[in-house]
Amino acid sequence: MGLKHEVFEKNSLILTVGILVTVAIGGLVEISPLFYLESTVEKVQGVRPYSPLELKGRDIYIREGCYNCHSQMVRPLRDEVERYGHYSLAAESMYDHPFQWGSKRTGPDLARVGGRYSNEWHVAHLADPRSVVPESIMPGYPHLLEYRLKFDNIQDAMATHAAVGVPYSEAMIENARSDLIAQSNPAHDGAFDLEERYPKAVVADFDGNPETVTEMDALVAYLQMLGTLVDFSVYDAAENLR
Amino acid sequence: MTDNRMVEAGPKRPAQSNPWLIGLLAIGGFLGLFLAAKAKDGVMEFHGYLFMAAAIAGIFASVSKAFDGPKAAPVERGPGVTYNDGVIRAGVIASMLWAVVGLLAGDFIAWQLVFPELNLDLPWTTFGRLRPLHTSAVIFAFGGNVLLCTSFHVVQRTCKARLAGGPAGWFVFWGYNLFIVIAATGYVLGVTQSKEYAEPEWYADLWLTVVWVVYLLVFLGTLRKRTEPHIYVANWFYLAFIVTVAMLHIVNNLALPISLFGSKSVQAFSGVQDALTQWWYGHNAVGFFLTAGFLAIMYYYVPKRAGRPVYSYRLSIVHFWSLIFLYIWAGPHHLHWTALPDWAQTLGMVFSVMLWMPSWGGMINGLMTLSGAWDKLRTDPVIRMFVLAIAFYGMSTFEGPVMSIKAVNSLSHYTDWTVGHVHSGALGWVGMISFAALYYLTPVMWERTRLYSLKLVNWHFWIATIGILLYITAMWVSGIMEGLMWRAYDAQGFLEYSFIETVEVKQPFNIIRAVGGLLYLLGAVVMAYNLWRTVRGDVAKEAEPALRPSVVTDAAPAE
Repeated sequence: MGLKHEVFEKNSLILTVGILVTVAIGGLVEISPLFYLESTVEKVQGVRPYSPLELKGRDIYIREGCYNCHSQMVRPLRDEVERYGHYSLAAESMYDHPFQWGSKRTGPDLARVGGRYSNEWHVAHLADPRSVVPESIMPGYPHLLEYRLKFDNIQDAMATHAAVGVPYSEAMIENARSDLIAQSNPAHDGAFDLEERYPKAVVADFDGNPETVTEMDALVAYLQMLGTLVDFSVYDAAENLR
Repeated sequence: MTDNRMVEAGPKRPAQSNPWLIGLLAIGGFLGLFLAAKAKDGVMEFHGYLFMAAAIAGIFASVSKAFDGPKAAPVERGPGVTYNDGVIRAGVIASMLWAVVGLLAGDFIAWQLVFPELNLDLPWTTFGRLRPLHTSAVIFAFGGNVLLCTSFHVVQRTCKARLAGGPAGWFVFWGYNLFIVIAATGYVLGVTQSKEYAEPEWYADLWLTVVWVVYLLVFLGTLRKRTEPHIYVANWFYLAFIVTVAMLHIVNNLALPISLFGSKSVQAFSGVQDALTQWWYGHNAVGFFLTAGFLAIMYYYVPKRAGRPVYSYRLSIVHFWSLIFLYIWAGPHHLHWTALPDWAQTLGMVFSVMLWMPSWGGMINGLMTLSGAWDKLRTDPVIRMFVLAIAFYGMSTFEGPVMSIKAVNSLSHYTDWTVGHVHSGALGWVGMISFAALYYLTPVMWERTRLYSLKLVNWHFWIATIGILLYITAMWVSGIMEGLMWRAYDAQGFLEYSFIETVEVKQPFNIIRAVGGLLYLLGAVVMAYNLWRTVRGDVAKEAEPALRPSVVTDAAPAE
């Protein structure tokens, strides 16, 4: 051996530096190109930042640890595309801080669950899963119907997302509160502005309780938009081969 | 029962309270109070008070030490070196405690998958909140405390130097365990980043960073104080574990808090970049926390217990550098067939397959250390535990590369097979080698001539082994079964099974898995009892001839 290993064995600092250099290489080669190779995220039409209510719903999805049992990543395999829909694109999660791809399917994939079931079904299922799917082993979340959604920090939350690169405009942040309330109440005046700012946003009194915005409203609003944004009629798969 | 104590009072010396230490603790206490007072949510307030309470407890501990008057200093061993063994003893106790807590949490959530009513439909007790509690309790609380206390033991003994930094070692121990408590209570109360094995929020991550840097300094400081010319191989592995975990932790947890007084943060990266950063972290939490750290245990404790030198010095060098170089590349195999670009997936697969070689190099080096001492397999159940652990290491580091092949992964990913694979490594390798090391360490640290009962070690060995086998075989069957059912087509070309049908058929295997986990937990409880009796100084009356080990007390370090 040209290099005597003794050098490392007799000097703790050289050993430390040697280790750091050795373990840094793999990550640098694999991860850093994802930030500058333009082909990493496909070019698509329709992906937009989450509406305020959807963003709060996503926070509840994260808080309850839904990712432990549900993936949000349809793989390009025949059975998955037939079961769940078009395979997932990187573009569909480009505003997800953090990503929610998951690693386990104790329950089914949710990447394209939006629009698959009615709001009423989701509410019944979340409150008592076995009332609609008798064989289900999912926990029930009846308290989501009781808990009033806390959204006093929604503007700070959106501003923080904007700071890490999500294109929330000033108007979006300014109108966050009224947009949030408008999405959970079809009778609200702000519904039109909301649709303007967040195309395809589902406006509904999700939990059937028009008095209050509950955590259930937020979570169902989030679930109902999952996988619905990309316009696949104009998506060119061949152009986005990577 | 006969008394087994051999403690002699060491030379008396007056203890002193350190004003700098108390000042720092006071600043910490005020910081906690400040956070609690300004907190924007209940969890932040609770954690602020918790932090303050920990700081106050620290002040009391350091002051009472000073006022207690002169205490027995550690017994001198070796030429003029007194070791800091108190922190190691604390680590042994914490390890055993967290093992029982973490395994209990794991078995409880295993039963939740059989009987969903066990979720209790309460916010704090659902599978989604308790699963991170289980993984963090076994990996970071149990595994982490084992690594802390064994690394402090190994580095002092092989360097023939006292732990550097005075009270810093204690700061690392208590600071780390405070991090665990903050993280665990946070999960139950709904505070999480949702990144697997990196769930703690930004403020807990910052605190861990502080603790970890002190850990690195204590470890490096001790290496620099060494009176031995060479740094022993186990320390290379510990150092790689400490340095790499620091790098992974910092990069994967880059986040912007929504408010400095709120628990919620927003990750710096998103989507595909965040996914690969996470699994670069996640896979190397396995590679450096659960592998490199525990290989360090293998390189010190197996030779000590067997009374034989490490099989090959040259193989150690090759093993070390190739393992740490290759492991880092393997992360993308967690993202096969996803929206991660193909080039990255392929790169991850190739390096994962290559990783098989250094892994088995390490296994061979560990197993062959027993050359000339294989008879101890018959007489010493602790040696048997070491060998079982290394065998499971070999098995799961073969299964891993197989599962990282894209064709295999298309079947195994998202299924119970992955869960089984993880547990063959976690229960078989990490768990068993930790147990064996603690069985070795406890009599040494409390200066007992031997363990309370070797018969109970034997019982632990078999209960745990049967538990692991039930667990992993059940998960192989249910994982491969559900994977095949998801892709099954009927004669007309339609998908044959709805998703819920695949949930239903897993029921019996979920039961077998939960029983296996229960056995493993039972083994740990037997062990806790055995260690407690050992610490008390008891010795069981046992039919000794067949099981009597050659007592290894203070053989020369195997270098």
